Amino acid sequence: MRSDKGSDAGRRSPLGLKIAAGLGLAFLHLPILLIFVYAFTTEERSYQWPPPGFTLRWFAVTWNRPDVWEALGLSVKVASISTVIALVLGTLCAAAVSGSRFFGREAISLLVILPIALPGIITGIALRSAFSLAEIPFSFWTIVLGHATFCVVVVYNNAIARFRRTSGSLMEASMDLGADGFQTFRYVILPNIGTALLAGGMLAFALSFDEVIVTTFTAGQQQTLPIWMLEELVRPRQRPVTNVVAMVVVLVTFLPILAAYYLTRDGDQIAGGGK
Amino acid sequence: MTAAAASADASIRSGRGGVFGALSDVLWRNPRLTLFLMLTPPLLWLGIIYLGSLFALLLQSFFSIDEYSGLIKREFTLSTYAELLNPANIDIIVRTLTMSAAVTVGAAVLAFPIAYFAARYARGKWKALFYLGIMLPLWSSYLVKVYAWKLILAREGILNWLFAKLHLTWLLDAWLAIPVIGGNSLAVSHTGTFLVFLYVWLPFMILPVQAALERVPGNLVEASADLGASPRQTFLNVLFPLALPGIIAGSIFTFSLTMGDYIIPQIVGTSRRFIGQAVYAHQGTAGNIPLAAAFTVVPIVVMGFYLWFAKRRGAFDAL
Amino acid sequence: MTTAVAFQKVSRHFGAVRAVDAVDLDIRAGEFFAMLGPSGSGKTTCLRLMAGFEQPTAGHIEIFGETAEGVPPYRRNVNTVFQDYALFPHLNVLDNVAYGLMVRGVAKPERRAQAEAALELVKLPGYGGRKPGQLSGGQRQRVALARALVNKPKVLLLDEPLGALDLKLREQMQDELKSLQKALGITFVFVTHDQGEALSMADRIAVFNEGRVMQIGTPEEVYKRPRSRFVADFVGSSNVLPPDFVARHGGARQWASLRPEALRLADDGTPGAIPATVTGRAYLGASTRLSLDAEGERIHAVIPAGGALPEDGAAVALAFDTADLHLMEDAS
Repeated sequence: MRSDKGSDAGRRSPLGLKIAAGLGLAFLHLPILLIFVYAFTTEERSYQWPPPGFTLRWFAVTWNRPDVWEALGLSVKVASISTVIALVLGTLCAAAVSGSRFFGREAISLLVILPIALPGIITGIALRSAFSLAEIPFSFWTIVLGHATFCVVVVYNNAIARFRRTSGSLMEASMDLGADGFQTFRYVILPNIGTALLAGGMLAFALSFDEVIVTTFTAGQQQTLPIWMLEELVRPRQRPVTNVVAMVVVLVTFLPILAAYYLTRDGDQIAGGGK
Repeated sequence: MTAAAASADASIRSGRGGVFGALSDVLWRNPRLTLFLMLTPPLLWLGIIYLGSLFALLLQSFFSIDEYSGLIKREFTLSTYAELLNPANIDIIVRTLTMSAAVTVGAAVLAFPIAYFAARYARGKWKALFYLGIMLPLWSSYLVKVYAWKLILAREGILNWLFAKLHLTWLLDAWLAIPVIGGNSLAVSHTGTFLVFLYVWLPFMILPVQAALERVPGNLVEASADLGASPRQTFLNVLFPLALPGIIAGSIFTFSLTMGDYIIPQIVGTSRRFIGQAVYAHQGTAGNIPLAAAFTVVPIVVMGFYLWFAKRRGAFDAL
Repeated sequence: MTTAVAFQKVSRHFGAVRAVDAVDLDIRAGEFFAMLGPSGSGKTTCLRLMAGFEQPTAGHIEIFGETAEGVPPYRRNVNTVFQDYALFPHLNVLDNVAYGLMVRGVAKPERRAQAEAALELVKLPGYGGRKPGQLSGGQRQRVALARALVNKPKVLLLDEPLGALDLKLREQMQDELKSLQKALGITFVFVTHDQGEALSMADRIAVFNEGRVMQIGTPEEVYKRPRSRFVADFVGSSNVLPPDFVARHGGARQWASLRPEALRLADDGTPGAIPATVTGRAYLGASTRLSLDAEGERIHAVIPAGGALPEDGAAVALAFDTADLHLMEDAS
């Protein structure tokens, strides 16, 4: 039973605080909502406000742009494969770190976080110069290499949080009842961390899907969707098309985030000891 | 009657046959081997791919570029670092550090009310709403967010329109006339860059502060009031110091992310460069990887100190 | 008499810490064996050595004559009831109980039937559909028991299973466990720090301290004839009397243990009675415990209810049968 330690609930919050918090939250969301509005504007050449008119035709135009589809396809492929790699590596690492005490344990936690803690440009340049030194041509796989590296930490964090909440005696109980290591993994461990892995995987997918900085350095001629968008930002072709794509991206990444939230929120009831 | 039942009378059973059975016994008997096998793939990956390339990059900062051929001379020298210290480059570094600091402070100020409310007053569905309300922008596409501000700050965009409607355009022009932070328009000024940075990194500051505030037991505030402190005194002496690790944790992100960013200043900003842009420019067509590498050392060193400082103040627990 | 579990000079060291130090055990088939001791005494480690979660640093373990060290827990026909029950939260009660059967390939209808039977045995018929999170502590404990018993293990290990239950429930479970063991005839090995529990349930008790076995015996032996001061102190409370005192009052010049309930309030002048002053009283319901000062020794006496009780500070005489004065070989 978790006691709400930090709670002043039950007493009314000062009005000023409520307003400030509300305004802050609005500040966070309004710009994105604005893009939604701009996706319907009839004005093509500028970002005029208020929009002179509203239309749905840009959706059709975007649908017919082959470069958008190519970029989208590449982004999805890269994100999928990077997520799978990150899931395997992240889970292995989390299992090892939470399961036993060994020399260098904290160093590993730091190492896993580093790709995301250091600015993307450093990771990007480091990878780029390493690839050219090793004379690896830039391709789909160099992009994946970069993405998987910083996606590991997202899976790792989710997995290790769940491992820590799972009672250690569950594994022992399973073995005591006759299940060997692999059976225990399949019947006991996996069901208990499954939703955490799913959440981590979804967040990793969203992260990879959105990533632009490291991708710029590790891609060759390929364009992922963010790279496409960056191009459009610098040299716009049809501004409303960019807006439509932006809106779609927000909506699409909204879903995995929501799902990940629900998956890990209920974790308190799913994992946990038998007491 | 299964095989299991037949051997049920034995005290020690034979395990499952096959590869998995045998492997299971071996792994159980050798916990160190199991650990080794589990850690090798991720460590190999991170060690070789990530650490390896980082190391290679830092190594390159000790090389230099031949001025005439444009090729990289692979011999140890400090001349690249010397070049880093010339006035134009120092200018870039100072500009970046100042912006990072400003964004950090701004984010802390803006984040605190939101985090405070979410941590201490929001209950039930409001708590979920706030959580999602912070998570969604956090994970929303970075480029979309930057793009949105390009729209907002554009000459014909909503912000200017708003100022015009409120008859405050003179205020905007006065602000833009201020040197350094002003510029030709909001979209081409350091103010604009500042606003975008602030917006994009704000969720990174809110979450650790909220986490830190949530860990403050509710009755501390009551105890402070009980002992006679005014709300302001309670804030300064109880809440703020306890929230400080969270603020420091959040500032790690705002500082680090601002220092390395090259896209935001490019899209919303003046032509004066930041570290990120300098790195990008030098490694691009100029091929001056040594100088680019030297530039990257600056954020690494700064973050190194900052992280050490943050760890001492207990910010790592708030991450 | 078959030996169910044999420990021959078994040790388990963790670096410099000797959790288990050259322990010999000989647990007979079909008995209810208790391992009693304070925390850190090594009793739980011994249980884990039997289950296979720990491997001995030295020594030899046999389960029904077969070598057990080096054998993983999933290959031992031994099952454990864990202290925190360790029920699988993602499975319902029936699947929890049937887990051991499922893992060994028993067909679904067969294992369901056996699981239901096991639940009936622990008096939880029809609870199969619930989830562990919906059960009370006592119910979870029964499910854990059923889950272990359904596999018909040769030895059942119980790790402080009654610790989390309240007093009434604990006493009820003690009776049930005892009758269950008698009915099934399986060897039960039971770890507890509660000496009352060990005394009331076990056929034999091993008293542990600091990794070593201090004494093994029936409850009566361990209680009435403790071989060392530690056992005298730990199993029930006892007055431990130094050699001089013992010599003055009818015994040899040795340390001796005298149970508080063996002392009676006597009239002054009774031969052999110990003069003492009352320093405190504790009302226990069915009896009263008196704290006394007798010739400089702190002594406790337990007087049954109904008699007259002396006031604090009163001078009394304590009488006892010399047969109750148990001389101990070991003063430790």
